[in-house]
Amino acid sequence: MQVSWDTASLEEQIDQWRNYLRRRQAIHSVDVAELEDHLREQIAGLIEAGLQQDEAFLVAVKRMGSLDALSREFAREHSDRLWKQLVVAPSDSEGAGTRIQTDAIVAISLAIVAAVFIKLPALFGIDLDHDAGFYARNVSLFVLPLLTGYFAWKRRLDTRTLCWLAAGFVAAGVVANVYPFASEGSTEVLTALHLPIALWLAVGIAYAGGRWNQVSGRMDFIRFSGELFIYYVLIALGGGVLTGFMALIFQAIGIDIQHFFQYWMLPCGAVGAVLVASWLVEAKQSVIENMAPVLTRLFTPLFAAVLVAFLGAWLWTGRGVDIERDALIAFDLLLLVVVGLLLYSISARDRRSSPGIFDLVQVVLVVSALLTDAVALWAIAARITDFGFSPNRTAALGMNVILLVNLTWSAVLYIRFLLGRGSFASLERWQTDYLPIYAGWAALVVIIFPPAFGYI
Amino acid sequence: MLPGTFHCVHSRFMMGRSMEINKDLVAASSTPIVLAILAEADSYGYAILQRVREISGGRMEWTDGMLYPVLHRLERLGHVEARWEVAESGRRRKYYRITSQGQVQLAEERRQWQAVDATLRGIWQTLSLPAPATHLRAAAPLSQGA
Repeated sequence: MQVSWDTASLEEQIDQWRNYLRRRQAIHSVDVAELEDHLREQIAGLIEAGLQQDEAFLVAVKRMGSLDALSREFAREHSDRLWKQLVVAPSDSEGAGTRIQTDAIVAISLAIVAAVFIKLPALFGIDLDHDAGFYARNVSLFVLPLLTGYFAWKRRLDTRTLCWLAAGFVAAGVVANVYPFASEGSTEVLTALHLPIALWLAVGIAYAGGRWNQVSGRMDFIRFSGELFIYYVLIALGGGVLTGFMALIFQAIGIDIQHFFQYWMLPCGAVGAVLVASWLVEAKQSVIENMAPVLTRLFTPLFAAVLVAFLGAWLWTGRGVDIERDALIAFDLLLLVVVGLLLYSISARDRRSSPGIFDLVQVVLVVSALLTDAVALWAIAARITDFGFSPNRTAALGMNVILLVNLTWSAVLYIRFLLGRGSFASLERWQTDYLPIYAGWAALVVIIFPPAFGYI
Repeated sequence: MLPGTFHCVHSRFMMGRSMEINKDLVAASSTPIVLAILAEADSYGYAILQRVREISGGRMEWTDGMLYPVLHRLERLGHVEARWEVAESGRRRKYYRITSQGQVQLAEERRQWQAVDATLRGIWQTLSLPAPATHLRAAAPLSQGA
């Protein structure tokens, strides 16, 4: 009895030690296996020499040397490992290798399926030129169900959740295609813009895979979204370079690729890249430092400086704000950027560390954004009766209110945190709890606005 | 293969602390020592360390983990080859074997160390100072197996 309990606890201790070791990026899992073999041999030797099991473990770990020193030595020998290599799948354990391969195959197959989907309507005579509205409304429906499916497969979602998600996509498909939109009217454009936002929630639920009701699950999804965006932009840039070369060299032999590019390469590439980028983000999760928080750190002070300068100039010159008809959208975008900056700095922040100078900059950014937006809203409110409530303006106003509420309460929570009266976790919770509200508002715009405004 | 293994572990506990050897010296000597041990027979990390303790009579103490980056460096340089095998214990174990290039390197290291050794011996003699007391262990004569 005693012996078996001891063995179990020794295994536990070794497990724990192994996990500590695995966190060091310079030490790969093959090395961990090698070191573990050493540790076990050492423990066996020490026990044979008369030590108790726990003593033997402690001595063996001590002799192995401190983890920091060890990983420093490994890093010196394998400096390339600090420049983590992506895609080159780690070949250390066969299980992980095949899993990564399967993931890659599934993701690339789904990307091809997405490319086929986007070209499928053309078979029925719906082409990009004459039915741009159809494509604009449905583009998210060509891609996001596949992406959701990918995560449903990866996370092994239960059937009930799957049914709900499927129902959501079907409903979205019905709304986007049954409403009698006026061709290229505002409500159609609004639907095209808001449907992806609403459906992104479905992707999130699949991504979180049962962890959606936890703050950490939603936070992971926020991180994923940011990284996906960055990867997508990088892939798009690469695609641009590829197309440029293609055009140049084919031009040399008198072939114009314009048609091929416009009708095949661009649409297929644009939808396929979403899946490929998602797979890359998943695969590299533990491999490379997240980019979004790095960019956030870089731009938060700059945006804060610009906003403070704007407010200063406005006060100094005493100029009225000249509001164009659709200026609200610009201020929506500003708030969106600020929320993004806030979100991604939250996502990378260590919850336990105490307030620092960067937190102060963050608060300055949020407060100055709020003041800027208040200035704009004031100017708009004065003239809203002249302008009237068009669908675009109503949608923009709604978005503004949603972002304003988010930022106001964030500012309150952040200031409380700075004053030491609140925890950072409450700010994190507030931001992650807020996610469904964006999707809810977007769904509202998609479902209510077209009939409410007569499909104009 | 390693008759002194358990004795060695035991004696370490009886004797307490071993002699401190300068870090640079440990680093510099690790290559010839590891290569020489592998020239005796193929081996793996733990056994190599045991052998080092045994040969040095416990006077050379390496931090166990530090051996592995050394082995990996030698592997990268092509002085040794590694292979995974299943040991008697049933665990997978990484064995190292010296290559012909490693043999050449070992000969070269040996030549250099002998030169250093000879120089130092000469100096110690001319100084003719009494050698400082070391915590030599009765159990481990230096010449054994070297």
